[in-house]
Amino acid sequence: MKNLAELQALRDEMKEKVGVRKDSEHRMRIVVGMATCGIAAGARPVLAACIKEVETRKLTDVVVAQTGCIGICQFEPVVEIFDADGSKTTYVHVTPEKIPKIFASHVVNGSPVVEYTIGANAN
Amino acid sequence: MMQELSMNILDVAENSVRAGATIVEITVDEKPTNDLLTVTISDNGCGMTQDQVKNVTDPFYTTRSTRKVGLGVPFFKMAAELTGGKFVIKSEVGKGTEVKADFVPSSIDLMPLGNINETISSLIYCNPQIDFVYTRHLEDNEMTLDTREFRRILGDIELNSPEVSSFIREYLAENTTDLLSGR
Repeated sequence: MKNLAELQALRDEMKEKVGVRKDSEHRMRIVVGMATCGIAAGARPVLAACIKEVETRKLTDVVVAQTGCIGICQFEPVVEIFDADGSKTTYVHVTPEKIPKIFASHVVNGSPVVEYTIGANAN
Repeated sequence: MMQELSMNILDVAENSVRAGATIVEITVDEKPTNDLLTVTISDNGCGMTQDQVKNVTDPFYTTRSTRKVGLGVPFFKMAAELTGGKFVIKSEVGKGTEVKADFVPSSIDLMPLGNINETISSLIYCNPQIDFVYTRHLEDNEMTLDTREFRRILGDIELNSPEVSSFIREYLAENTTDLLSGR
């Protein structure tokens, strides 16, 4: 069973590679709306799916964060991706099932999934 | 309206995050023999004035200026009261806030607790600057995750680094299974 002794072992294992990671800049910021509207619409499993993608793909230069209500509650769950050049893509009605495609196409290969964006779903 | 109590808990805990808390304690206490489920969320954030406390359960009250409704606390209160339980909120400016809800598990209107572990791991992941103390009781048994203990061991390794966040998920899953199976 996972306990604090095992955490200690994990720390020792990680210590060896930590130096490399510390000062690496974040290339991309993925923000999930976690206000009442987002949570009620299903943001938590979407966030969990993002975290899992970061873990399994070992994306050390990507950060997953949360934000409050950005005012488009009817489009929740909303995920915003901020690229290194400052451009923003807003994905709407996101489900955990859409996350692997967004990661493979946008986060890893830099090509936004247009059909999931607010632009394609505005009506 | 939320589908799970654990989503209400996440939503109410987000208020603690916005209140600038450095420690947030979340307790889920199940006492099937007393037909009682108690959820407590307390923080050391900025707190509220007595006037704000009085209004916070009103869905048409919010401190935000961008919109006119605030549904998080009213949803949680309603979820408790629908089961015949009760809801109490205490707060003091500069000290913090405690939200406590009693639920009656035998009520047909009790929402499922849902994925409480995902609520806890999400909070820890998204707020590495805050300490979370999560305790779950089942009758006289309990399990705890205290990020202060984790931090003491991890030193400068962050709680949301991929290896640690996956460890936290497994820690929660395994300890919950043990608690619920009475091991």
